Amino acid sequence: MNYSLVILGAPYSTQSATTALNFTKALLKNGHQIYRIFFYHDAVHNGSELSTPPQDELNIPAEWQKLKKDHSIDLVICIAAAVKRGILDTNEARRHEKSSSNLSDCFELSGLGQLVDATEHSDRVITFGP
Amino acid sequence: MNSNSTKARKKILIILTQSPYSGSLSREAIDYCLAAAAFEQDLELLFTGDAVLQLIKNQEPSAIDQKNLTKTLSALPIYGIDKFYVDSNSLAQYGINDNLCLPTIKVDESEISELIANADTILNF
Repeated sequence: MNYSLVILGAPYSTQSATTALNFTKALLKNGHQIYRIFFYHDAVHNGSELSTPPQDELNIPAEWQKLKKDHSIDLVICIAAAVKRGILDTNEARRHEKSSSNLSDCFELSGLGQLVDATEHSDRVITFGP
Repeated sequence: MNSNSTKARKKILIILTQSPYSGSLSREAIDYCLAAAAFEQDLELLFTGDAVLQLIKNQEPSAIDQKNLTKTLSALPIYGIDKFYVDSNSLAQYGINDNLCLPTIKVDESEISELIANADTILNF
């Protein structure tokens, strides 16, 4: 079956992202397809390249990056929710005249149309969070 | 469900649970509704739990440096969204009367179950 996930929670603030991560791994293990994972609301912090948890804790942003590299999963971050919270790629940093950017290149900044598109093309859409 | 069924226009139920100014999710949920309306999606909104507080008229959130959510909510019918359901138990819990900022249909538990069963896709905000 073809799934899309909507994640609303920031890593380490709530269980939202961790549960979504476990669910994603379970989907892949059971042979399902993932059309898109859409990060909205506080979940935009999952895209931070700078997140540095203690070594004995799960590095949630790094886990998403690994899933992208291993399975080419489409990881989309809502651009409006991200920029507002200080998650910027190099383009946005330049456009808003900021001195640095912090979005991992495994994620793509895009609009809510990508979430609409995901609901159109997925058999199931599961919300996690906030 | 097979892949062909995804091509038909889906009925999307948006379940709103947040109070208007406890965080930004209430506004971001409405932002999604506006975007989905622009893409001509078939949307239904259900206000339940704390979200019934979003429907109270004459809010003055400028006192806490917030934008008025009811202004955006009231604009939804202009964008073609006209199916608004409100959890009658939540209204009763908060003692809110019928004078709401949107024309809503009151629903009880069994009618909420029906809404969920009849939706193709559900998003929880």
